[in-house]
Amino acid sequence: MSAPVTGRATAPRATVGAGAPPPVRFGDLVAAEWIKIRSLRSTPWLLGLVVLVAVGAAGLVSLADYDAIPRRGPESPWEPTFALHDAFPPEGYLMLMLAAASLGAIAVVSEYGSGLIRTTTVAVPARGSVLLAKAAVQFLLWTAVGAVTVTGSYLLSWSILDGRDAGIAVTAPGAPTALAASVLLGPVCALVGLGLGALIRHAATTVLTGVLVLLILPTVILPANNRSTVGLNHTLVLSAWQRLTRTWGAPSAVDHYASYAGSWAVYALWPLVAVALALVVVRRRDV
Amino acid sequence: MIEVNELTKRYGRRTAVDRLSFTVRPGQVTGFLGPNGAGKTTTLRMILGLDAPDGGTATVSGVPFRDHPRGLHHAGALLDAQQVHGGRTAAAHLAALARSNGIAARRVEEVLEEVGLAGAARRRIGGFSLGMKQRLGVAVALLGDPPVLMFDEPVNGMDPEGVLWVRGLFRRLAAEGRTVFLSSHLMTEMEQTADQLVVIGQGRLIAAEPVAVFAARAGRPGVLVGTPRAAELTALLTAAGAAVTPEGSAGSERLVVTGLPAGRIGALAAEHRITLHELTVRTASLEEAFMELTAGSIEYRAGEAR
Repeated sequence: MSAPVTGRATAPRATVGAGAPPPVRFGDLVAAEWIKIRSLRSTPWLLGLVVLVAVGAAGLVSLADYDAIPRRGPESPWEPTFALHDAFPPEGYLMLMLAAASLGAIAVVSEYGSGLIRTTTVAVPARGSVLLAKAAVQFLLWTAVGAVTVTGSYLLSWSILDGRDAGIAVTAPGAPTALAASVLLGPVCALVGLGLGALIRHAATTVLTGVLVLLILPTVILPANNRSTVGLNHTLVLSAWQRLTRTWGAPSAVDHYASYAGSWAVYALWPLVAVALALVVVRRRDV
Repeated sequence: MIEVNELTKRYGRRTAVDRLSFTVRPGQVTGFLGPNGAGKTTTLRMILGLDAPDGGTATVSGVPFRDHPRGLHHAGALLDAQQVHGGRTAAAHLAALARSNGIAARRVEEVLEEVGLAGAARRRIGGFSLGMKQRLGVAVALLGDPPVLMFDEPVNGMDPEGVLWVRGLFRRLAAEGRTVFLSSHLMTEMEQTADQLVVIGQGRLIAAEPVAVFAARAGRPGVLVGTPRAAELTALLTAAGAAVTPEGSAGSERLVVTGLPAGRIGALAAEHRITLHELTVRTASLEEAFMELTAGSIEYRAGEAR
């Protein structure tokens, strides 16, 4: 049977398609990426768990010190700045780092894994803008999560230690730095994860690389308590956060401490470099 | 309007698309036909700026697609309906895409209604059948009300009702003056839907012409006759003024008869008490034209070569 061709020729309408396209706004891309994050059922559960673990860890560590303070001898008196460690214990904040890095990575990797990135790229051919919008959403989301977590863990820790007059005021020396560094720990890790995701594009490999770079490298491979690795250790995110939340000086180890300025630089450079590399790569590779 | 000029893409030593040139015009449905692995999807990706060509150019409405900061108002595409995030609802999937292009949320409701998914808007895509995902993909393509639409194998997984619907939709979009470019390896689908064809094999252009012209290439219209007494019948028909050529292999041989209508052939056979196994009127078919033209360029052939 031959194809019926008659009766189909219609003169092209000049008015086809919508008139002037709406204005191009970066804010729309950020809003779109926010819809993507918000519309996944797992997001609130994951974020809730992170806050719970970090705040819970601060509570447990503070309770342990509450019990231990009366037993401290005169040779190791309680310093008010010790309370900062109780408010922001690595036990809880490692979880925050891992979750932020994973979610940042998944924001990119899941689109490559499912192929959704092709639909996204047809909708927004400006690939760099999409990546920056994802980065903006991750930064804002994790800054908000960080603020909630820090507020919760500080208040819980303070209310426990206050029973021993051992709490530290928010305005005490070192405290604002520790608070800010802890709020920003999530966004820094999320952007590192996002950059790695765009470079690697494979879920398991990306998360493993993130864990290696953020958690294993600073604790196992390049430990701070080894003279040959301490220099490299200070270039890592976890070490920078620990330095910024640890304001007391242990004289014997003082040469093992990085500078504040250096630690802030590490905080800024990791996400900037990760996102910059990702921007170069997404423009060059086929989608 | 889609213009493809000397487009080339290589993967290592394999040339997937080889100096391909063609034009897809508005107001018609143009089929993009080729065997599996012929380079159809790669070509569509290059047109949409997803893959960078190794040579040549592709433009949509005169502009390389990658140069648009936002795409949905310029072209809509359904490349692979499975490429979605199963955890999102249909409405959320569309809402994110609409928002990225500054399209009002109301348009999401409209396209869901249009593709028949209004009732499934709040359901997660992971639970959709392939046919429903195809409809969702069509909804994405329509979101920006674009003048150019591309669909890669759109009827895969659709039920018969869905196939009828989507054919009607393509016709309507073309009648509205849009450029509709439709890839498929199914000839029958093209016969039903397309006005024009672009046929490729092994990344090269084989034909770019109206469907009817393409079908006529295989045009050996006539009547197929199967009979155990082929020699006798051939003599009879030739005497009656027909041209007869045998076809097929010995044992299952058939005669292709031109110059006599089927009724006359049947009557002649009956007069001489010759048994007929088959008497079929054959028209030029796209399927045959396609098989003939692409015979030399099928990338992945099942079993041994014939």
